Amino acid sequence: MIPLPWLLLLSAVVFAIGVVGVLVRRNALVIFMSIELMLNAANLAFVAFASAMESLDGQIIVFFVMTVAAAEVAVGLAIIVNLFRLRETVFVDEINLLKG
Amino acid sequence: MPALLNNPDLQFVLWALLKIVVILFGLLGVVSYLTFAERKIAGHIQARTGPNRVGPLGLIQPIADVLKLFFKEEFIPAGANKVIFHIAPMLAVIPALVTFSVIPIGPAFTVTDLNVGLLLFLAMSSIGVYAITLAGWSSNNKYALLGGLRSSAQMISYELAMGLSTVGVLIIAGSLSLVDIVHAQRNLWFVVQQPLAFVIFMITAFAETNRAPFDLPEAEAELVAGFHTEYSSMKWGLFFLGEYANMITISSIAVVLFLGGWNGPWLPDSLKFLWYFAKLGALIFFFMWVRWTFPRLRYDQLMQLGWKVLLPLALLNVVATGTAMWWVLNR
Amino acid sequence: MIPVLFVALAAILVVSSLLVILHRNPVTSALFLVLAFCSLAGIYLLLRAEFIGMVQVIVYAGAIMVLFLFVIMYLNLGHDVEGGVAIAVRRGVGWVLGAVLVVEGALLLGRGWATGPVTPGGATPPGGNTQAIGLLLYSRYLFPFEITSMVLLVAMVGAIVIARGRGPSAPAPPAPAPPAGAPAPAPEERA
Repeated sequence: MIPLPWLLLLSAVVFAIGVVGVLVRRNALVIFMSIELMLNAANLAFVAFASAMESLDGQIIVFFVMTVAAAEVAVGLAIIVNLFRLRETVFVDEINLLKG
Repeated sequence: MPALLNNPDLQFVLWALLKIVVILFGLLGVVSYLTFAERKIAGHIQARTGPNRVGPLGLIQPIADVLKLFFKEEFIPAGANKVIFHIAPMLAVIPALVTFSVIPIGPAFTVTDLNVGLLLFLAMSSIGVYAITLAGWSSNNKYALLGGLRSSAQMISYELAMGLSTVGVLIIAGSLSLVDIVHAQRNLWFVVQQPLAFVIFMITAFAETNRAPFDLPEAEAELVAGFHTEYSSMKWGLFFLGEYANMITISSIAVVLFLGGWNGPWLPDSLKFLWYFAKLGALIFFFMWVRWTFPRLRYDQLMQLGWKVLLPLALLNVVATGTAMWWVLNR
Repeated sequence: MIPVLFVALAAILVVSSLLVILHRNPVTSALFLVLAFCSLAGIYLLLRAEFIGMVQVIVYAGAIMVLFLFVIMYLNLGHDVEGGVAIAVRRGVGWVLGAVLVVEGALLLGRGWATGPVTPGGATPPGGNTQAIGLLLYSRYLFPFEITSMVLLVAMVGAIVIARGRGPSAPAPPAPAPPAGAPAPAPEERA
């Protein structure tokens, strides 16, 4: 068995990497990938707890998180493509007007 | 030393490695002779003889081909992304070989019996998209890029129908383990209970392996050679190897899911694997027969077929199978 | 053997996720993210969550990341050019905040706050992980499952509507002035 604290530490590290990615990058696509990293860090924590408690509920939550992540990516990428069509850029600090 | 050899972990690893080596070399040898078979079959379908000059009946032809490939010049186009350009051909071969680890060849010969074996196959076939997409993108060539984009759209579309067509089998067998699925077909092959799913699976299998009539990613009439336009030497050879390895893998999955795997009359248990190889050979011949018989689809026809015909039919099949099983179980 | 595999996979996971946010080329970032997801799937397998591990590869590596790659290639993005004082400051702040987050998490773990007493439930039922998940999904979690399917449906419609751009009912965007002598655009172009 893998000790639970190791898994939680790994999850925390990956989550922090995702946070840093959102904060330091300007490319909307990379920011989006960092968000996916954070979601996966949370998933890892869920699976870790599920395995430690020998219950499957954590894995089911992960299943739902994945579905929602897929939906989110589809809509988010559509928005990014549309933004690129309008503004010719994917850098979030150049997209600073509400008017399209 | 004996103490070390008695370590169960080590024994497990050594035993697995031995099986992997047998499968790997067997597969690679078969692949090189499949190219020969393909050329012979193409020749006979077109009323030619096919290769017959190198060795008796042309049997040494594949070895000569491979030697030629090894000695050709490696060429990397200017402006290509070098690392990805090198990784893409490897990605074409690896998923097919990984999938082979869960295929039950005979009652006593399976590399591993995963209880999610079928999901592993679906996962690996979705990884296979990367090889062609990345090859197309990293070559810095418009034809290659177009071929790569076409293939990623095509493979994603057909993966859905393929996954759904296997669901009917899963409902009847009640397991994701390929060994259990083969055992469930001891009396009746699933192709009898699931004819529609079998047809859908075979059509999507052609699309997943990028073979005619779905070889749009490398349509030579429009795209030069598609995603592998810029590849030469053994890197091109790896794409070729990947295509044939994929063909073997996907035919094996079709045999296991629909044609009863190693099940068959007459032979004793220790020779049942011959049935598996016979069915596999027949399916591969079918692949080649189709390739040299049907013309290529147009791109919009391909998408229409995938989304408007195969996907609804596969869904219908799932619903019908579910209803039938519910009726059978509640009777 | 399992701890060794875990450490190896964890190292791959951390390094590749760092490279996701550090590499300037979005395609390379996406590929390292695929690697991260695959190593995460390996960790799930080590935790005896086979179903989730395989679904991780199918959904994340096979569907979501292909979509990312497709968009990156479609938009034809090159390397990101990043410079200037404001960005440097922001980058510094970002890394400091990330470090604070990691230290905080480590401290919490060190004091044993986050882990608490673990109460093992029953042993895993027979029939394997997939069957157990299926039974649970269609009994206790049936309602969330149906809601999720609605989420997917809405997202699908939304993605198509957004990515299609302006619909036929909206006023057509101002077309770029055609070069002199060009034929008038065909009326069905607005579709």
